[in-house]
Amino acid sequence: MARMNGRDAADRTSGAARPDPDEAAAAERAAVGRGTTSHAREMGRFFLVKLVILALINALGLFVVFSAWQVGHWGVLAAMVVILVVANWVYFSRRMIAGKYLFPGLVFLLVFQLFTIAFTAYISFTNYGTGHNASREDAVAANLAQNENRVPDSPSYPLTVVSGPDGELGFAIIDDGAVLVGTAEQAFADAPDASITDGDVTEVPGYDVLTFGEVLEQQNEITSLRVGFDDVDEGSIRTQDGSTGYLHRSVLTYDEATGTITDTDTGVVYTDNGEGSFQAEDGSTLLVGWRVGVGFENFTKMFTDSRLSGPFLSVLVWTFAFAFLSVATTFFLGLFFAIAFNHPAVRGRRVIRSLLILPYAFPGILAGLVWAGLLNRRFGFINQVLLGGAEIPWLTDPWLAKLSIIGVNLWLGFPYMFIITTGALQAISSDVYEAAKIDGARAGRVFRSITLPLLMISVAPLLIASFAFNFNNFNLIYFVTEGGPNFPGSPIAVGATDILISLVYSVAFESGTQQFGLASAMAIMIFIMVGLISWLGFRQTRKLEEVL
Amino acid sequence: MAAEAYVQMKGRRWWREVSWRYLVAVIAIIYAAFPIVYVLSASLSERGTLTGSNTLFEDVTTIQYEALFQTYFPQWIVNTLVIGGVTAVATVLMAASAAYAFSRFRFAGRRGGLTFLLLVQMFPQMLAFIAIFLLLLSLRDVVPILGLNSRLALICVYLGGALGANTFLMYGFFNSVPKELDEAAKIDGAGHARIFFTIILRLVAPVLAVVALLSFVGTFSDYILAGIVLQDQDKLTISVGLARFIAGQFDARWGIFAAGAVISAVPILLLFLFLQRYIVGGLTAGSVKG
Repeated sequence: MARMNGRDAADRTSGAARPDPDEAAAAERAAVGRGTTSHAREMGRFFLVKLVILALINALGLFVVFSAWQVGHWGVLAAMVVILVVANWVYFSRRMIAGKYLFPGLVFLLVFQLFTIAFTAYISFTNYGTGHNASREDAVAANLAQNENRVPDSPSYPLTVVSGPDGELGFAIIDDGAVLVGTAEQAFADAPDASITDGDVTEVPGYDVLTFGEVLEQQNEITSLRVGFDDVDEGSIRTQDGSTGYLHRSVLTYDEATGTITDTDTGVVYTDNGEGSFQAEDGSTLLVGWRVGVGFENFTKMFTDSRLSGPFLSVLVWTFAFAFLSVATTFFLGLFFAIAFNHPAVRGRRVIRSLLILPYAFPGILAGLVWAGLLNRRFGFINQVLLGGAEIPWLTDPWLAKLSIIGVNLWLGFPYMFIITTGALQAISSDVYEAAKIDGARAGRVFRSITLPLLMISVAPLLIASFAFNFNNFNLIYFVTEGGPNFPGSPIAVGATDILISLVYSVAFESGTQQFGLASAMAIMIFIMVGLISWLGFRQTRKLEEVL
Repeated sequence: MAAEAYVQMKGRRWWREVSWRYLVAVIAIIYAAFPIVYVLSASLSERGTLTGSNTLFEDVTTIQYEALFQTYFPQWIVNTLVIGGVTAVATVLMAASAAYAFSRFRFAGRRGGLTFLLLVQMFPQMLAFIAIFLLLLSLRDVVPILGLNSRLALICVYLGGALGANTFLMYGFFNSVPKELDEAAKIDGAGHARIFFTIILRLVAPVLAVVALLSFVGTFSDYILAGIVLQDQDKLTISVGLARFIAGQFDARWGIFAAGAVISAVPILLLFLFLQRYIVGGLTAGSVKG
């Protein structure tokens, strides 16, 4: 005991929940009384480390504050200032000891989980998505820019194509003897240090002048490039040949006073339709709209829009069916194996267990892809080898695809159930079985009246957790069938095996247009359902603890 | 009933009660291992197509592995190790320090904090992926390294889920470390930081290892968040990289994919086998305790 060093003691005591007092005392002596460093010096060292880390965090934080201020992101700026102030307060205060330990985790939790959940809720009440991404001001500017024509008889400008530090293309033009330079993102600005030779810009500080060959190579990018002036109404410069620029102005004009856009060619007036778009009297809208609140429209649309409600309801039903069947099939197969191998006369139980755990350890995404290959209609192993060349549409027929999903999930999920039911079976006292045997109960009766109820007490909360997990089992669906086969005629890409979470993903990113508002509304629905399920599971646990 | 009685069991009774268990075992093992054996065979095949992989171990070459290393795969391995490793270590540290605070200090809002974490635990972070995407989209304008298409940003996103998922597990274990230990150390002059780093963390080291491993496997198996945050080919994780690599080209790229799957799955399989005792122990402890 005396020779044991702190580490050994710690290792030996760590496995057991309650270390025996002797070992614990040794661990403590070794850990606390090591060496001769005094308490004061120790404090000093800790303090120095703390100071350096905090200085770094403050420097980084101030950098973020500064760049947020530069680009005018006030939200980010305010959040960062609050984080910095609280960090310094917590770590320099002599009290707030618990705060020192909670702070880092809480910051990440607040920003990347709580804020994002709240933000999801906010988006679900807007029309955020393709065509409605930005503010009204940005939408006005974008519409004006998209509808530009060359101004008739406009002056031409000697123009040179340049590329900026990140390779982005830009124009340098000569206007009244002064050089202006700009890119698609950056409006024209004076470049006083640029040099002009023979009426052409030959050098611009901070930019590379493109050679004739390079201009030819990127012809398409250059002829579609638009470099605007500071004021949107002044229009922009475009070029056809890469050496002469012409002034372009929008055919649309924006009237601040009435908030309308007028097409100067046709005389059509577009007014704000209250839904985030400029609309003409004939109902046509300008391409770019902006973000507005739409109330509960995204939520009601799921049930009332006939093109959406059909697929949505079938996805909803399938999500519950899938989660329930997943739990049921994996549980019973796992339980069957557990009962079969949890018998003292079976040799090599550890080997069996190690081998059966394999699917659980195999990364789920890769397993999904492997099964997608195995089940492939024309080339897959199942059809080609096991079924002798039958072309069974395992993944492309709506019902067979559902069956395949359940089957693949069975492979992925039974080891977990096998492990937990084995553990629970071993925890059931053998006394009850002997009592049953004396009472003359048969095997079936013993299973129904003793094994299953006793098992359920300990396993039920885990089954509910498993249900909640499968409810959002995105990887399985996405990699085995991608949610397909798709329902025809739906405005969103949705299929027979889609569950809610894969539907949300598809609506947000894979349906041609991004409909963040609608997708967020669906995500909020999932939040509510998952919350309910977890709450039920939690209550179940409490109830069972009372029983025990 | 003594176990020896069963081991000694012979004859008709053995056939009736035990023999079928071995039959089930054989079927179960074939079922569990077959897809893995198939992937191994596909990764060693010469043609590397889906059709060409249907005869198991028809030929054994390393062509597919060589082709795999001509892709971005080596970079994906590095990315996965860095992202998963940093996330795992930071997750363990943050969750452990939060659990330490809840377990050892009495402060205003402690009960509220615990309840709050219990609630947060119920809502998977993954569901907020749209808001995460939009948040990183605007962060990109401010600090590009914390915005979309940055590995650091992805780590930060993962760390957002660190407290919710693990604090409770650790809280239970920390409570099982006797308080007398801290008190004795305190009398000897140790500060709270010293007690945390040199006593408590060492005593719960196996739990920390399991949480770290599960966190790593979690980041490895994430597609939805990694897939929307990372965009450039050279920044992807193994899962996202391989999934995009094979998308739509199942037949042609099957062998290379299989090689990638084998290389990335083998370390995880081995870890699970070696740490089986702890993982199984953790799972069953949860189940028995309820």
